[in-house]
Amino acid sequence: MMTSAVNHYFCSSIGRKQLVAVTGLLLCGFLISHLLGNLLLLAGPDVFNIYAHKLVSMGPLIYLAEVGLTGIFLVHLGLAIKLNIENLKARGGKQRYYKKTNTGHGTTFMSQTMPLTGLVLLVFIILHLLNLKFGSYYPTTVAGVEMRDLYRTTMEYFQNIGNAIWYSFAMVCAAIHTAHGFGSAFQSLGLNHGKYFKHVKRLGYLYAVLVGGGFAFLSIWAHMKGV
Amino acid sequence: MSAANTMTLNLKIWRQKNPQTEGKLVDYRVENVSPDMSFLEMIDVLNEQLIHKGEDVIAFDHDCREGICGMCSMMIDGKAHGGFKNTTTCQVHMRMYKNGDTIVVEPFRANAFPIIKDLTVDRSAFDKIIMAGGYITANTGNAQDGNAVLIPKPIADEAMDAAACIGCGACVASCPNGSAMLFMGAKISQLALLPQGTPESAKRTLNMVHTHDTLGFGNCTTHAECEATCPKGISIEHIARMNREYTKATFTYYEKNRSEGGA
Ligand code: SF4
Ligand code: FES
Repeated sequence: MMTSAVNHYFCSSIGRKQLVAVTGLLLCGFLISHLLGNLLLLAGPDVFNIYAHKLVSMGPLIYLAEVGLTGIFLVHLGLAIKLNIENLKARGGKQRYYKKTNTGHGTTFMSQTMPLTGLVLLVFIILHLLNLKFGSYYPTTVAGVEMRDLYRTTMEYFQNIGNAIWYSFAMVCAAIHTAHGFGSAFQSLGLNHGKYFKHVKRLGYLYAVLVGGGFAFLSIWAHMKGV
Repeated sequence: MSAANTMTLNLKIWRQKNPQTEGKLVDYRVENVSPDMSFLEMIDVLNEQLIHKGEDVIAFDHDCREGICGMCSMMIDGKAHGGFKNTTTCQVHMRMYKNGDTIVVEPFRANAFPIIKDLTVDRSAFDKIIMAGGYITANTGNAQDGNAVLIPKPIADEAMDAAACIGCGACVASCPNGSAMLFMGAKISQLALLPQGTPESAKRTLNMVHTHDTLGFGNCTTHAECEATCPKGISIEHIARMNREYTKATFTYYEKNRSEGGA
């Protein structure tokens, strides 16, 4: 009984959305650490490059983190796609309402565009890895240590106005996605209580503005600053 | 009923012979609609006209006509039960509309609610969810003293709020994901809050959720459109409580196989 209930959990509506919720919140946490790292760009090439070098020099730890992050991302993505396909079917397939008006108190632009903003982020992440992590490699030496000049790769990337605009657009999508996702994750995990839920939702909006805005700001700053 | 007060309305109503055939919206014109009529009475007037003309009447669900049975349904102008706060279709009055208005009337649509005819849909999937555990099995015997089991007022109120669900299915009909989480959340919550319901809560929740998932309902993504359209004002907090109960039950509840009963 015990094991069958646990097995069921991973196929059930509630179990799977809780997995989407947990992985989503973990990804939110990752974004904070990523943003804090990026903020070091403001401190100049040396500080940023040393930080990046420290990260990649962590050996097995960083590989573990990368594998973990990829796993979390794939679970989030895969389950979200599966659940969305089921939902399209569940709402009546092709026979949908001739007229459907939302009440204005429930569904929002943010909640309706979750699959879309999610797909933008998927494309973004692939391009982002190709352009930056696996982008042009410039060697440099800081304080006698040879390392990658990731600062230069980053700044060069943002000199292209198209890149800067696309990046900012993707970050607006990230903000919209997390603004709904954050509160929704708490609800899915059963953490909705009249006493504090409105603060949880507010925290989600604050997170969305700070993190989405932070990344977008850095891309614009990098574009304006020049190489 | 003075003629000056009455209205003429244009209706676009979904007509569908049976589950197999394709349906379509058909235009109707109803005259002499009193503002004091309920929405269902207005459809009654239209049906009278159809009978006189020898046409097939419009099939629609209804029973109590006082907002307590949950039989009436209909998407009125794109909103379940017409979208008036805490109001079922039978409690919508024609004074909410103006002379000459065009009103679109469709059945509740969801994969789990197949259309039977016109505006009637098969909501027996809800019954299956209830049959999976929406009850207590204890033999309650005679009614006991009202104060024998003490339940704090806020808890009793919360359980009562959940118990207000009439099982109409508006939550499913308005949910962009065709999910029945609000209905099921209300039922599970109502029992989980009370001492009579707690002993079986884990098993009940597991069985009801797993039944829900096999019936073609969708998965909640927290649009909260259900809460906004529910004629009984059921809050999605009950969905959260169900989620908690479900997680708890998954990871803690199990029954040992016993050949004999316990001590
Ligand atoms: S939760 Fe509300 S909308 Fe859903 S079945 Fe119950 S009363 Fe109807
Ligand atoms: S007919 Fe009973 S609730 Fe409307």
